[in-house]
Amino acid sequence: MMSAAEELYQALIMERSKAPRFGGRPALFDAQGHGENAMCGDKVQVFWRRGGAVRHEAQGCAIMAASADLMAQAVAGKTPAQVAALRAAFDEMVASGEENPALGDLNALAGVARFRSRIRCARLPWVALDEALKEGQVHG
Amino acid sequence: MSAREFNLDEIRKDFPILAQQVHGRALVFLDSAASAQKPRAVIEAMTHVMEAQYANVHRGLHWMSERTSDAYEAARDKVAAFLNARAREEIVFTRNATESINLVAYTYARTALRPGDAVVVSQMEHHANLVPWQILRDAHGVELRIAKITDAGEIDWESLESCFADGKVKLLACTHMSNVLGSYTPAERLAAFAHARGARILLDGCQAIVHRAVDVQAIDADFYVFSGHKLYGPTGIGVLYAKRELLDAMPPFMAGGEMIESVSYERATWAPPPHRFEAGTPAIIETIGLGAAIDYVRAIGFEAIAAHERALTEHGLKMLAGIEGVRVLGAAQDRGGVLSFTMPDAHAHDIATLLDRQGIAVRAGHHCAEPLMGRMGVSATARASFALYTTREEVDALGEGLLRIRRIFR
Repeated sequence: MMSAAEELYQALIMERSKAPRFGGRPALFDAQGHGENAMCGDKVQVFWRRGGAVRHEAQGCAIMAASADLMAQAVAGKTPAQVAALRAAFDEMVASGEENPALGDLNALAGVARFRSRIRCARLPWVALDEALKEGQVHG
Repeated sequence: MSAREFNLDEIRKDFPILAQQVHGRALVFLDSAASAQKPRAVIEAMTHVMEAQYANVHRGLHWMSERTSDAYEAARDKVAAFLNARAREEIVFTRNATESINLVAYTYARTALRPGDAVVVSQMEHHANLVPWQILRDAHGVELRIAKITDAGEIDWESLESCFADGKVKLLACTHMSNVLGSYTPAERLAAFAHARGARILLDGCQAIVHRAVDVQAIDADFYVFSGHKLYGPTGIGVLYAKRELLDAMPPFMAGGEMIESVSYERATWAPPPHRFEAGTPAIIETIGLGAAIDYVRAIGFEAIAAHERALTEHGLKMLAGIEGVRVLGAAQDRGGVLSFTMPDAHAHDIATLLDRQGIAVRAGHHCAEPLMGRMGVSATARASFALYTTREEVDALGEGLLRIRRIFR
C-alpha cells in the first residue's frame, strides 16, 4: 500500500518537477514575478506574456517545481480575472484536500493538504504569478 | 559525580516522548540539535515546583518565596559548576542563547567597543551570532568582519589572521560547534588567538554544550552562551557566562524590578551581577528545570555520552556514504553528531516530508545559517542530529528511509 507521502509524490508531480514543460526564461515577456520561501530557500521566477502564456524558473522542492509547471499549463490563455479565480480555487483545494474538476491536472497537488508545512510550497508559484500580473497591469 | 552506567534502554525510558508514535510508526527523533527531548527528571522537577514549592523569587519574606529563591539560586550553582566558572555571579540567566548574545551586543559591545573597532564572526555562525553584530555595526559604527572557513568546515586560520591584521578587532564571536556542519572549533586556541591580539572572545556553545564537557576557565572564554532546551532542559531558559570583571563593567540590558539596588523617581542604581541582568520575574520554573537537566546529564557523564555519540556519528557517516548521490556537508576532523546532507533531485523539504511519513523527524532548510548555505554551495539541506538517547537502529531507519526516497526520485 502506498503511504500518503508516496501518493503525494505521484507520477505527474515527479515528472513535472524533473522535466518541466513550461520551464525556462522566455525571450519575450511582458511582466515577471518572484516568489521566495525564506524558510527553505525555494525560489521561483514567473514570466507572463499578454495573452496568458506563462513560463517559470523554479529552484526548489518537487512540490513547488511541479506546482509551477502545472500552474503554467492551467493558466495558458487565461485572462487575469480567470487566473485570479483559478488561484482562489487552487488555494481552497490545497487547504481542504478536496479535488475540484475545474482545476484539471492541478488536482495532483490535492495531497499537500495532508502536509501542512508544504502547502506554502504549492502556493509559492501562484504568489509569483500574482506579482507578475500586478506588474502587467501597471505597465499594460 | 559518579557516572551512572550508560544503558541505552534505560536512558530511553527516561524520555517519555520517545514511546510516542507518529503517522502510525515509532518516533525516530533525529532533530535534537534543534531542540532536545526532556527526561522525566526535568519534567518532574518542574511539576514539583508548581505543585509544591512555588512563589516569586528574591522578594517574598515568606517560606514559599524563600524556598523557591533557594531552588532558583541552586540552579545557578549547578550551571557554574557545570561550566567550571570561577564564581556563581558569572552566570546570568536569560531566555536563550540568542538573548545572551544580544545582551553582550547591546551592553558590553556598545560600551567597550568604539566606532572604528571591529567584531569578527566566522562563516559558519547561526543567525543568532551574526544578526546582532550586524545591528551593532549599523547602530554603533563598528565594523563586522567574516572569517572564512575551509571546505571541510573548519576555521581558516589564514583568513582569521588577516581579519585581525590591522589590530582593530576587539571581539571574536564564534560558534563552539556548527549546527549545520557538526564541526567543533578549537575553543582554547581561538581564545588564545584573540587574547594575544587584544580581543575578547564570545563562544556560542548551543551545540557543543550538549555533547562534551565545557570548562570556561580552561578555554579562557570571556563569554560563553547556551540554551537550556537543547541540553534536555526546558525552553525559555538560557545562560550567559561572562568573566566577573566584564559583567561588573557592563550596564543593564533591560530595566525593571529585580535588577536594581535602589530606585527613586529620579534615578536608580543597579544591582551587582548577575541580578543586574535579570530584570523582572525570571523563568523560575524553567531555571529549576535546567538545573535538573544538568544533574541528569552529569549523572550519565560526558565521557559516556561522547563515546556513544561518536559511534553513532561514525555509523551515520558510513551509512550516508553508502547511499549513491548523497553529499554530506563538511568533513571536519573534530565533528559531532550533526549531519547535514543533500540528495540529487530530492530537495531537503521533499526528504523531510517523506521521512516524516515514516516516523523519522529530521530538520530541513537553511538551519538559521543562510549565508553558510551559500558558502557551501547549497540552498538547503536535510539534517539528522543525534542525542544521548539516539540508537543505532534509528540511524539505520534513516538509511532505509533515504533509500526509499531515492527510489521515488530516481
